[in-house]
Amino acid sequence: MERYYQPEIECASRETILAWQNERLCKQVKNVWDNVPYYRRKMEEKGLTPDDIRGVEDLHKLPFVTKDDLREAYPYGLVARPLRDCVRIQSTSGTTGKRVVAFYTQHDLDLWEDCCARAIVAAGGTHEDVCQVSYGYGLFTGGPGLNGGSHKVGCLTIPTSSGNTERQIMFIRDLNATILCCTPSYAAYLGETMKEMGLSPDEIPLKAGIFGAEAWSEEMRRSIQETLGIKAYDIYGLTELSGPGVAFECSEQSGMHINEDHFIAEIIDPQTGEVLPEGSQGELVFTSITKEAFPLLRYRTRDICVLSRKSCSCGRTHVKMSKPRGRSDDMLIIKGVNVFPSQIETVLLAQGYQANYQMIVDRVNNTDTLEVQVEMTPENFSDNLAQITQMEKSLVAALKAMLGIYAKVRLVAPKSIARSEGKAVRVIDKRKI
Amino acid sequence: MTIHQISVFLENRAGQLAEITGVLAQKGIDLRAINIAETSDYGVLRLIADNPQAAATTLLEQGFILSMTPVVAVSVPDQPGGLAKVLDVLAKENIDVEYMYSVFGQVNGLAHMVFRVADTDKLISVLKDNGLEPISSENLGIR
Repeated sequence: MERYYQPEIECASRETILAWQNERLCKQVKNVWDNVPYYRRKMEEKGLTPDDIRGVEDLHKLPFVTKDDLREAYPYGLVARPLRDCVRIQSTSGTTGKRVVAFYTQHDLDLWEDCCARAIVAAGGTHEDVCQVSYGYGLFTGGPGLNGGSHKVGCLTIPTSSGNTERQIMFIRDLNATILCCTPSYAAYLGETMKEMGLSPDEIPLKAGIFGAEAWSEEMRRSIQETLGIKAYDIYGLTELSGPGVAFECSEQSGMHINEDHFIAEIIDPQTGEVLPEGSQGELVFTSITKEAFPLLRYRTRDICVLSRKSCSCGRTHVKMSKPRGRSDDMLIIKGVNVFPSQIETVLLAQGYQANYQMIVDRVNNTDTLEVQVEMTPENFSDNLAQITQMEKSLVAALKAMLGIYAKVRLVAPKSIARSEGKAVRVIDKRKI
Repeated sequence: MTIHQISVFLENRAGQLAEITGVLAQKGIDLRAINIAETSDYGVLRLIADNPQAAATTLLEQGFILSMTPVVAVSVPDQPGGLAKVLDVLAKENIDVEYMYSVFGQVNGLAHMVFRVADTDKLISVLKDNGLEPISSENLGIR
């Protein structure tokens, strides 16, 4: 029997959902017009006032918000509430080192945790469950989001955060964790490790997993489900909108229900910005209609996917999005962390290297790896090997500081990085996703 | 009394050394000494050529990254304890050897060692004070 966290919302009729969206959108537009000069200016540039937006059918009139806007408005430019009303920030990396900082009121946190709770219940979670949250805690939204959702469902929550595989496995076994929340690659890694320890799926207490923050394939789902003996559910979200739980999978495991009472989804042509008819593949755009502190109108996610309103056997009525099939920009998700090639360029130039580089992304033992190949320069060369090694180390440290993840640096001979017809190939992604 | 060593950046991949020695051979450049320091990914090739200028120009034209490094060559008796004696002198004078290597072949029972230190002038004067003579470029057949 399908269970819901908020059945009256999750299974509401289309008309009801649309009525909520109409009302909340108008209110939100009025809110940003009154409280966020940045939005007001953008609307004025288009000759719009809040009166022009009478409902979802007018949404397309509003200007888009992009990561560039977030950078320009950093840190407070898009905050719609006085800071004394805000209780939390979360943060993710931006395009050139400036981080995206999202603000939350207590009410925002509540709604976000509700969304995560819906995902946990959709994965079969109840207050009888023990939920191990192995997403990173901190600025990253994965840990805090699922932690809050798990509390709302009433699960016994184990906040292991990421890393320390031995301890993760110890808690899963000793405390009989039944639900695991982490990145799919970490789930696969945990599975492989337990297999190597000689544990069969029957000996692993887990029954479900909620995995997100990075792309994964159906093949990967099958292999995780097999090694851990669980059902593996996808979850989607962005720090800019709240975090995980913007959309989540149900028992059908075929696309993620978008929480439409909080987010209006559109699919646009990434080139022209035109809204595409239902069922088309294009860039996903979100409007957060219930956010108090950090509302975003028509935020371009750069994720390419398809929306479907086909009725779902789980009984939920909210629109479903497919797994993102790619990006309309050059952002990579490595170990669940957003990485832009421009960030690497910034570090290289600051460290006296030229912007000739190549990023090799791979997945080894189910873990993402990043290698940055950098051409040696005359200025950075020395006859003393220790000096080169030292410089290499400081480059690794600077990359870690910028990206938040370890990148192996490989110094290569000058001109050895292929220059292909004008546009350099900066990224080689060998991951089979 | 210093000698010009050419230091070349090496990427660890098959064929790099063959490429370097190949282009030098084509220009008729003879190598007097060669030494490599490496990590698993890259290395530094240090070489002493009979014609340092020509060698450097050739390698630069081929796109290699290099630097000219002043080093000092010293004759040591090619017998047990020969090198130890020189190193002993350097240790007493507190001269830190960054690296060293030997020149190909020996002359009149003497082997030649190349030293890289921070203060080349100090090394030369210490050697002379201790009756050890640095070898000139000419005596190593370097133009």
